[in-house]
Amino acid sequence: MSNIDAYRRRFLLGAGIASVATVAPGLVLRQVNAKPADEAVTDQKRWGMLIDVDKLPNGGQGVVDACKAEHGWGHEEHSNAEQKTQWVRTVKVTEKLTKHEFKLPVMCQHCETAPCADVCPTGASFKRVDGIVLVNKHICIGCRYCMMACPYKARSLVHEAIFDQKPDTPRGKGTVEACTLCVHKIDAGEQPACVASSNGAIVFGDLKDESSEISKQLKARGGKQIRADLGLNTGVRYQGI
Amino acid sequence: MTSRVNGTLATLLLLFTTMVFSGCEDTAPKPRLETAKAKSESCVEPTGVMRRTHMDFIKHQRDETMYKGIRTQKHSFKECINCHVPDKKDGKPVNYLDSNHNLNPDHFCATCHAYVGVKIDCFECHSDNPAGAAPVDANHAVGGSHE
Ligand code: SF4
Ligand code: SF4
Repeated sequence: MSNIDAYRRRFLLGAGIASVATVAPGLVLRQVNAKPADEAVTDQKRWGMLIDVDKLPNGGQGVVDACKAEHGWGHEEHSNAEQKTQWVRTVKVTEKLTKHEFKLPVMCQHCETAPCADVCPTGASFKRVDGIVLVNKHICIGCRYCMMACPYKARSLVHEAIFDQKPDTPRGKGTVEACTLCVHKIDAGEQPACVASSNGAIVFGDLKDESSEISKQLKARGGKQIRADLGLNTGVRYQGI
Repeated sequence: MTSRVNGTLATLLLLFTTMVFSGCEDTAPKPRLETAKAKSESCVEPTGVMRRTHMDFIKHQRDETMYKGIRTQKHSFKECINCHVPDKKDGKPVNYLDSNHNLNPDHFCATCHAYVGVKIDCFECHSDNPAGAAPVDANHAVGGSHE
């Protein structure tokens, strides 16, 4: 375990995550309608995910695998373990008092007030009007300020030349990357890859639409933010943590 | 005196020019653009326009896609690759660099960029071949045709 991981674990533990395990009722995935390709995204929507940790086998390893398969990260040959890219990881949390243990997948939380975008000197890190936080790699200079600012350690710098990228996921040496919420799929009216592979454990949808499945679930059962104390109003929420 | 110097200079210049031109072959390797026609009869703009300004179209579309999520096919970089680069050649993807890391003459973009000696940055991040992208819709063609 690297120092950073150890720090991260303490960080998550310190967040005062109480274990409120609720058994979830069956989730129905709602089909998201595609916008026409020539239409710009609007702030009438805010995309989010609700992850039910109790329903994810292996602490969400399937989320990591689905993300890797979709975007092709994590196969760097010349980078060491700390340099390798990681868009999403599973984190084990042990409650000090009860010794209760659980795991959760942690990716970019798509913060409403994103610290990564705040500190970016070139404007490469930005939040799209529909809430998706992205890196415009065309203007990223690889300074890594965003990686230092992100409280969730959600971002990675690509340390080596990359070949055979996926057509929908451009990736290159010297630029920072993170979970894109599968923006290419969202724009096509599809679910993010990890959601599609989660067997209903992750609900994806529009947080601003009261009738969306995610809003209904959040209203009925709540959804926690990791490090809610930071007040970042994250787009990724959890149940079972 | 001056005229003698001038005369010598002129002779030298003539000699030099002759040497330079005699070193040139009239068979400079031409870009192999025929692969452009592999999948569709015509491009999205007339050939001359594309030759001069393809980079502007791509850059404009890049910002539209990045910030606004506009993903129309007409000037999409992904569609350029999808249409201009064959899926496979001899069972292998056609990459913009060959095994010696030189620009690959079989790759549509690389063949011309090698010819004009302009470095190509796109593929340091973007996929240089269709890599299983949905087959191109040959009807996407609007305007121009290949020469
Ligand atoms: S989780 Fe990190 S990378 Fe994602 S929006 Fe928040 S600060 Fe930025
Ligand atoms: S939304 Fe897409 S990019 Fe983000 S963790 Fe899931 S699969 Fe990966």
